Amino acid sequence: MKRVYEIDANGIYYRDLNKKIRDLVAQGVKKFILRNVNGQRYILDGIRENIEMDIYGVPGQDLGAFMDGPTIRVFGDGQDAIANTMGNGKIVIHGIAGDVCGYGMRGGKLFIKEDAGYRIGIHMKEYKDRVPVIIVGGKVGDFFGEYMAGGVLIVLGMFTKKPSAPICGDYLGTGIHGGKIYVRGEVDSYNCGKECGIKKVDPKKDNVLIKILREFCEEFKVSYEEVIKEDFTMVWPKTKRPYGNLYAY
Amino acid sequence: MLFKPVSQAFYEFYVKRDKDRCIQCRVCERQCSYEVHSYDPSENIMNADHHKCVGCRRCEYMCPTDSLKITLNESTFRPNELWTNFHRMALIKQRETGGILLTGMGNDKPYKIFWDHLLIDACQVTNPSIDPLREPMELRTYLGSKPDKLEFEELEGKLKLKTKITPQLKIEYPIMFGAMSYGAINLNVHRGMAMAAKELGILYNTGEGGLHKSLYEYGPWTIVQCASGRFGVHAEYLNAGAAIEIKIGQGAKPGIGGHLPGEKVTRAISETRMIPEGSDALSPAPHHDIYSIEDLRQLIYALKEATDYTKPVSVKIAAVHNSAAIATGIARAGADIIVLDGFRGGTGASPTIIRDHVGIPAELALAAVDQRLRDEGIRNSVSIVVSGGIRGSADVLKAIALGADAVYIGTATLQAVGCTLCQRCYTGKCPWGIATNDPYLAKRINPEIAAEQLVNLVKSWGHEIQEILGALGINALESLRGNRLRLRAIGLTDKEMEILGVLPAGQ
Repeated sequence: MKRVYEIDANGIYYRDLNKKIRDLVAQGVKKFILRNVNGQRYILDGIRENIEMDIYGVPGQDLGAFMDGPTIRVFGDGQDAIANTMGNGKIVIHGIAGDVCGYGMRGGKLFIKEDAGYRIGIHMKEYKDRVPVIIVGGKVGDFFGEYMAGGVLIVLGMFTKKPSAPICGDYLGTGIHGGKIYVRGEVDSYNCGKECGIKKVDPKKDNVLIKILREFCEEFKVSYEEVIKEDFTMVWPKTKRPYGNLYAY
Repeated sequence: MLFKPVSQAFYEFYVKRDKDRCIQCRVCERQCSYEVHSYDPSENIMNADHHKCVGCRRCEYMCPTDSLKITLNESTFRPNELWTNFHRMALIKQRETGGILLTGMGNDKPYKIFWDHLLIDACQVTNPSIDPLREPMELRTYLGSKPDKLEFEELEGKLKLKTKITPQLKIEYPIMFGAMSYGAINLNVHRGMAMAAKELGILYNTGEGGLHKSLYEYGPWTIVQCASGRFGVHAEYLNAGAAIEIKIGQGAKPGIGGHLPGEKVTRAISETRMIPEGSDALSPAPHHDIYSIEDLRQLIYALKEATDYTKPVSVKIAAVHNSAAIATGIARAGADIIVLDGFRGGTGASPTIIRDHVGIPAELALAAVDQRLRDEGIRNSVSIVVSGGIRGSADVLKAIALGADAVYIGTATLQAVGCTLCQRCYTGKCPWGIATNDPYLAKRINPEIAAEQLVNLVKSWGHEIQEILGALGINALESLRGNRLRLRAIGLTDKEMEILGVLPAGQ
């Protein structure tokens, strides 16, 4: 069995495509190249092998959901629910992405070069060395990092097709009780949830930012110096127990 | 000036202690996690802080000399049909705290219980009844989507099934242990349920708190849940169970999320839920990736893809006004099993106002859903599991006659291992060692004994179901499914009988 396997996905039903991939993974294929992908859903869902996959075209919803290990590079746009409840691995999108990406993510990395939709990175959580990371190079919609319980979310607002839009929508970090959100530039407190603390950070002095921003820049061949030119705003949880006083015991 | 809150003056329970019998052994003091009992060495007597008593009767059970009796407080307000004691005490608590009132277990209000208005038929003369002690009586149940038709082909002279059957769950009783999370209850109870499920050949449900590593070996008897908080949900977990359940709603708290307070997130729970110790575990009210039937389909198929189509996917909803329309959407979205949880269903914590006023009885939702799926010709495509207030084998049987394939039992499960329905699960101080993760309390549950009690419960219900089936002249539970002609109603309105699809007794 060859180690690199190329599939022309043109016209293949998602279920057949995914079955074929699962079978090939079981046979030991370590690298896939998928061409002409056109909306096929659930690619690499639940796969637990450390394989690599390059996707040309636009993969469908739930790319890499529940996956635990693979590295996916999409040379095109992504759709909704990328990295849904992802355990580990890396997904790189060389374009835009849809809504609700990285829902409940608990490890690994999701790099989106350009804009992403609403409710990105909601309910992310971390446990010990498992710290999920999402970086969006463009802008994001409302509810970025809602219910955030752990991990790191970064939005740069640099590589965007929406020049007049704000970098983040409303309700940024609403319900946050763990993790950190970094926004390049300024964020108004009225955009944030009431559970958020806000402070300015110099990216050159923040070890978390330096490491993952370098990786992001290398992945997309963009200038790291340009990215860290501006200060970031860090949004953090004021308490691990935002609703502790809501109830009568 | 002496000051005490009103809630310490007016309270629900009164601890009666027979001073002649009491030997000051202080067992009650050690057993009560609410610190009701205390020892006064100067007088060598035991005292009680009555207002702290939750009425669980653990002390009464443990008292070696039978000197304790927990009674309702005789002292009362002037009786008032409008302002009941419940309303008055709730108001006092809220004026003191400003908080949402919490409760545990299921709705305890005096709404009509439809199970108690349904009677079961029996055979006389023309169609003989069957003696279940001497004739085979089939309770085995298969849950999952059944094909519209079966096709066969001949291979080498033998007839072979050509139709591909989607994955099915085989259970030996139409009863499963309902979803209660590790966190809401402790590992000893989970292990007890897992061991009992294995011995009985049925399934237990993990609830939404993940699956402890030591219970993976019980995977074939486990339904793993995927709820909006996605706690402990990962590829290995999804593949560990026999089926996956998407929890949309819960009968005790339809439309709202869950909230395991940070102080309950111990090291072992943090490991299983994969969140930091001491952090709140919040389950959002909706799954934010599901805003439509199409979105639900997306999650169902994401789960099926992640498990290579080897496991049935179940969708659990709370019984609400338009359950029938929702259920047909769920069936068409590709679910293999629909779970309908009625408003009597239990919970570890719910706002009292939601538990007592939101949702509808499981009986009505079940009848409506079964009928709707039949009318649309898709009843075979999905199994129905009903839960929320199943108290005994008669309820199970009536549920099956109304159209259920099986039932989940939660409150009954907990009572089988010791719960006395004090409704204080949300405090984490359960004196029976069930709804608590305090190691001192949790060790009051021995998994082996819990398993034995659960096995006894389900076996006894199984025998009773067989007895009734025998009386009905039926030798397989399958023949009773949706067989509403074998039920009659008593004390119901015409409209209620129409919804339940049953005739009045005497007709």
